[in-house]
Amino acid sequence: MKKYLAFFRMRFIHGLQYRAAAWAGIMTQFAWGFMEILMFQAFYRADPTSFPMDQQALSSYIWLQQAFLTLFASWQWEGELFESITSGNVAYELCRPVSIYNMWFARSMARRMSRAVLRCFPILIVAVFLPAPYGLGLPKDVIAAVGFVTAMVLGLLLVCAFSMVIYMGTFYTISSAGLRMVASNVSDFLCGSIIPLPFFPDAAQTVLKILPFASMNNAPLRIYGGDIAGNDVFFTIGLQVMWMVIFVVVGKWMEQDIKKKIVVQGG
Amino acid sequence: MIEVEHLTKTFQVAKRGAGFKSAFKALWNKQYEEIKALNDISFSIGDGEMVGYIGPNGAGKSSTIKVLSGILTPDEGTCVINGRIPWKDRKEHVKHIGVVFGQRSQLWWDVPVIDSFCLLKDIYDVPEKEFQQTCEELTELLSLKEILKTPARQLSLGQRMRCEIAASLLHQPDLLFLDEPTIGLDAVSKLAVRAFIRKRNEEHGTTVILTTHDMQDIEALASRIILIGKGRVLMDGTLSDMRGCVENKNASLDEIVASLYRSYEI
Repeated sequence: MKKYLAFFRMRFIHGLQYRAAAWAGIMTQFAWGFMEILMFQAFYRADPTSFPMDQQALSSYIWLQQAFLTLFASWQWEGELFESITSGNVAYELCRPVSIYNMWFARSMARRMSRAVLRCFPILIVAVFLPAPYGLGLPKDVIAAVGFVTAMVLGLLLVCAFSMVIYMGTFYTISSAGLRMVASNVSDFLCGSIIPLPFFPDAAQTVLKILPFASMNNAPLRIYGGDIAGNDVFFTIGLQVMWMVIFVVVGKWMEQDIKKKIVVQGG
Repeated sequence: MIEVEHLTKTFQVAKRGAGFKSAFKALWNKQYEEIKALNDISFSIGDGEMVGYIGPNGAGKSSTIKVLSGILTPDEGTCVINGRIPWKDRKEHVKHIGVVFGQRSQLWWDVPVIDSFCLLKDIYDVPEKEFQQTCEELTELLSLKEILKTPARQLSLGQRMRCEIAASLLHQPDLLFLDEPTIGLDAVSKLAVRAFIRKRNEEHGTTVILTTHDMQDIEALASRIILIGKGRVLMDGTLSDMRGCVENKNASLDEIVASLYRSYEI
């Protein structure tokens, strides 16, 4: 365990030093957040009755999503992993007395968290002071707050477990670009980071709700706003756990398979 | 103790002619050629030996090193290193070996070298006190003092290679595999690296296996030479055995090796 913590720490320190990237990220996230709020405001004015979410809950959803973008966005890949697999530098990592899976899991978690720590506070602080219903509201009750934190941790673990399957998949192909692109776009759309899931047609929602992508950023953000409440909170969290276990098992199995077949090419 | 018997590894290599036509043809019907990277390799190496592993490009040197370090599973044959099979007991095995791949880097690109060292300390569970000691010793012998706080990306090749070698010794391995450790180094760095490896072997009894194309490395370091070509062991002996294979007694080492390669048709 200590080894993986060390790995986590190293990646965390590594991530903290890109200041310019953090500032640029914060700016982008602000601009994006305002744009989304304006867009949904237009919808709301057109017909408030067909609006599937409380407007305040939606604003909270958008701001939290922007603040924690790097935690949940599946396209926040650890580029160096792809590169090390393609270039063969992974040879060194295979020479360490650690499990590749656990090491990389720690690493991608650290990458996401270090980026989020740098970016989230300015966005959260500003969003809290925006006038209602455009700002970040407080969670409705204690269950929403506790559920949000739990679901956020699980969501992060799930995203990492999902990424691990993609990283491991890269071992089987020569170029990772295709796999990465498909995974990014599909999950980005289906996890509700382009349009929140409640805005999807009802029929689609029943399916989307149980897909793993809904358990990534959709779950914690909707629990926060009270859009998912009561027993649904427990159901949602249970679903997150289930998907996480499935992805971890698949990823671990791939790791075992790869170890038997791997060939690091070249001198 | 390293015992290798009848190692065999075959690779499939995609082949096609140049140009548009053959590229298009390969879309439908891909041709593969089987290359025997290792073809019945056997040798055994005792503790504390320094062995030069030489052969022309593509002879199977790196493949052997990869098998020995547990990252490549051979098709056939056995390999037992200190009682373990590298690719089966990978985790336990790699605790006791240090590897330097001259063409690759194990240092974290954007952080100071010392951070990479500290990470390795934790990965290998090296106690703090021991780590400080080893680190000091390596720093002095490889003159790293000035560069430990520099990010790896800003090091010159020679500086980086010295750091790479230090990085692979932080956990005090009994076995050191060096895959072209002097590639691209200037004269001063080469001499420093050689002197260091020799010292390491003398003082710590570290077994060293090194692959290189630089015959001066071999002359300076290796008490024993294994020559391989086309995946086979062609010669296993000392430098003077090798000299005995050619008629011209004044030939330089490079000439001897070249004529050996020619006589074995590799």
